[in-house]
Amino acid sequence: MSAHAENSHGTMSQLMIGFVFAVVLTVIPFWLVMAEVDMNPVTLVGIIVGLGAVQIIVHLVYFLHVTRESENGWTFAATAFAVVILVIVLAGSLWVMHNMNANMMPMPDMGNMSEVQGITGAQDAMDAMNHGTADH
Amino acid sequence: MTMIDTPVTGKVEGPAGPAHHPDHHHESPTPIGFWIYLMSDCIIFGCLFAVYAVLGGNYAGGPAPKDLFEPGFVAIETALLLISSVTFGIAMLQAQKQKLDATITWLLVTGLFGLGFIGMELYEFHHLIHIGAGPDRSGFLSAFFALVGTHGLHVTGGIIWLGTLIVQLKMHGLIEANMRRLSTLSMFWHFLDLVWIGVFSFVYLVRLV
Repeated sequence: MSAHAENSHGTMSQLMIGFVFAVVLTVIPFWLVMAEVDMNPVTLVGIIVGLGAVQIIVHLVYFLHVTRESENGWTFAATAFAVVILVIVLAGSLWVMHNMNANMMPMPDMGNMSEVQGITGAQDAMDAMNHGTADH
Repeated sequence: MTMIDTPVTGKVEGPAGPAHHPDHHHESPTPIGFWIYLMSDCIIFGCLFAVYAVLGGNYAGGPAPKDLFEPGFVAIETALLLISSVTFGIAMLQAQKQKLDATITWLLVTGLFGLGFIGMELYEFHHLIHIGAGPDRSGFLSAFFALVGTHGLHVTGGIIWLGTLIVQLKMHGLIEANMRRLSTLSMFWHFLDLVWIGVFSFVYLVRLV
């Protein structure tokens, strides 16, 4: 029982290890952005997202004590299931919306607008030409 | 007949699982049930993150993240929430040692850090709405307010729960029911800090690159 209690609530050293990890993993991305480090933006975004993912795992392990053993593995199973759903929701939304955006590029309204502008522009030119000929 | 009856009744009572695992019999189903709730909550946040990912670039001619977000401000919010997570962890350790006064003190400290965080978030929201960058301004701001606002509501709920629990602890002490409530709120609080990692990385920092 005492071993189980230790597992579910952790110890002071676990808490402090988690805190130090969390501080380091928080300070690095904030420093990168606030110091405006000269770096390729894509790399920078990758580093920030990657460090965030690592910090989430640190929190799960050191603060929430999610291990394969807790609650006979049910905690781990529920977490893994949630992660699968999250990946589907996030990746799926981005993929579908990007795809739609790419395929809907020529917006019908915008097309009409430019056509109307084109016609009025042509008419203006013709009017000017007419005026020109009338002056002559 | 008795020859048959005895083994049958024996068989019916036989597979009494709890008798083989006395530990499991005493274990409450609350932690795993609450964890499943948290995971469903996580999926709600996931959907809001997906909305922000899709709509985050639609400024409708309005302000962009670089015009609105101050990384120093967000860093202080992050620090408040992270420290409150650690102080809650200390409160849990004090409760395990059956130290009631120390538990309540650390819970109060946690609540103060939580209130500081909510105060800063309300200030930010009020400021944004005041300068005309409210949730009605653009798709980006609608998604921002929905995501960060939902997180803020959760933290507010956590603070109310924290206050209630302190009253319950003062009335009944560190009884088994209160220990269960404490560990459940501890999960909730750490979970909110976990969601905030996603918020500061993905909502604020990435958009300031």
